[in-house]
Amino acid sequence: MSHLLALDPLLRGSVTWSVFVVVVIKVAVAFVILLVSVMLYIWAMRKVIADMQNRIGPNRAGPYGVLQTLADGIKLFFKEQSIPNSADRPVFRLAPYLSIMPAFLMFCVVPIGGTVSILGHQTFLQVVDLPMGALFILAMSGLGVYGVMLAGWSSGSKYPLLGSVRASAQLLSYEAAFGLAILGVLIQAGTLSTHEIVAQQSWTNAWSFVSHWFWLKTFVAFVIFLVAATAETNHPPFDLVEAEQELVGGFNTEYTGIRFAIFYLAEFMNVITMSAIAVTLFLGGPSGPGLGFLARDNVLNVWVMPVVWFVVKVLALLFATVWVRASLPRMRYDRLMSLGWKWLIEIAILWVLVTATVQVAIVEDWNRLVAASIAVGAAVAAYGVLYASMPKSGEQIEEFR
Amino acid sequence: MIAENVVFGIIAAAMALGAIGVVRTKNVVHAALYLVVVLAGGAAQFILLGQEFVAWVQVLVYIGAVIVLFLFGIMLTRAPMHPKDSLDNDLRWPAAVTSLFLVGILVGLLVHTFHADKVDVQRPVRTADVTSSIFTTYIVPFEVVGVLLLGALIGAVVLARKD
Repeated sequence: MSHLLALDPLLRGSVTWSVFVVVVIKVAVAFVILLVSVMLYIWAMRKVIADMQNRIGPNRAGPYGVLQTLADGIKLFFKEQSIPNSADRPVFRLAPYLSIMPAFLMFCVVPIGGTVSILGHQTFLQVVDLPMGALFILAMSGLGVYGVMLAGWSSGSKYPLLGSVRASAQLLSYEAAFGLAILGVLIQAGTLSTHEIVAQQSWTNAWSFVSHWFWLKTFVAFVIFLVAATAETNHPPFDLVEAEQELVGGFNTEYTGIRFAIFYLAEFMNVITMSAIAVTLFLGGPSGPGLGFLARDNVLNVWVMPVVWFVVKVLALLFATVWVRASLPRMRYDRLMSLGWKWLIEIAILWVLVTATVQVAIVEDWNRLVAASIAVGAAVAAYGVLYASMPKSGEQIEEFR
Repeated sequence: MIAENVVFGIIAAAMALGAIGVVRTKNVVHAALYLVVVLAGGAAQFILLGQEFVAWVQVLVYIGAVIVLFLFGIMLTRAPMHPKDSLDNDLRWPAAVTSLFLVGILVGLLVHTFHADKVDVQRPVRTADVTSSIFTTYIVPFEVVGVLLLGALIGAVVLARKD
């Protein structure tokens, strides 16, 4: 079935009821998992930050306050939803959903486990293995800007509009670096399918995490991806979208009740999805050592261990995001723009060229070390020329006066 | 095949309604959003034909970048909230004649070019095939388009800078 899905997006070939049931189960399970993990992530984030700041954090609802997010959600659900008089009503209502849909859809192409058999069908533990998985990720992250942009515009007041223009400029700027960082992996993997990318990072020996996973082979792309993904998800230190002291609350100032909750949900769902994508592209996805004392086809090794590895890696990245949130202050806007446009995009383009050169060297059977060093040298020289020709920050301010 | 024809009809109807919305609405942001419907419909038709690569590129480039830049431009300038009558004018009949003329030309060209050719929808085209035909058979048009876009980009920068 997996191959059928991969080659036939419309399920034109023989679709039996069991294929249909498997697809429905996968979609439902992925949706529930994502919602529950957002709930737990928000709780864990508040708890960890509280620990780092020597506070107690949420501790009332449920054991250790674990039900706090649920309680907040229920409260927001029953609150009045006001719409400002000057708002553009249809767009105002639509915007929260435009924000949350891409975050969920992006998660659909992430493989969270190995190949398993459900109802007699061999299938991957991922909602769908699109042949264009990576392209789909880029397309969806491009759609994410609509929610923010339209929410700010349709509110019909100044602060949300300012917040949304600022947010969309940020998202557009980092979109390029984000795409180029993914390209670094795609050139090495030679495929767009997320399942294939994960399959190339499979666990064959104890050193696979260095030799097979892409994070070391594309280290520059990995770093750029992490920075750009942080900016794409409006996560601190790039959370200029909701700079309270300047913008009241940013693009969602006029939102109340469940619509506000949906924006909140979308923001954290994006963080989880981006971490999952980082794990898929750079950290081997579900690959990791199995339980050696059990048979290879034991249910624990087939079903459980890949999922455990995937979850462990995603949790590690999520902890890192919380850590960053607790430790770094918000960036100034001009520095954000200069980091995106003057550093990340150039370095990402040059890294793509270096990766492509090395790939050609492998195909043409040249000396890889020589090719790689020439490529890196040329890239460094090119960046030096670019950097020298950029206006320094002082000159730039002079120019705008 | 019947199911596909029905789906094609539904998507085509949605695209047509979206296209009418683009030219009928007096709110420029709404016009951009109707345009999203039209472009998304185009992407859906490509998926229906098994051309996933073109479909997602359509979403990525047109919906994810071009319309976003439209909206961004609108918001950086006036960000009009309310419908404006100046978006409408009295040229309905000439517009209708022009669009009929355009329909005639496009239908004529398509029929003339493809006659009774059938697209093999059962065998989806893989990305590798698309890319290798771009970089071998169509390399010259590809490069020409690249140079054209670069020229447009530099032209825009020259026009936008005052000094």
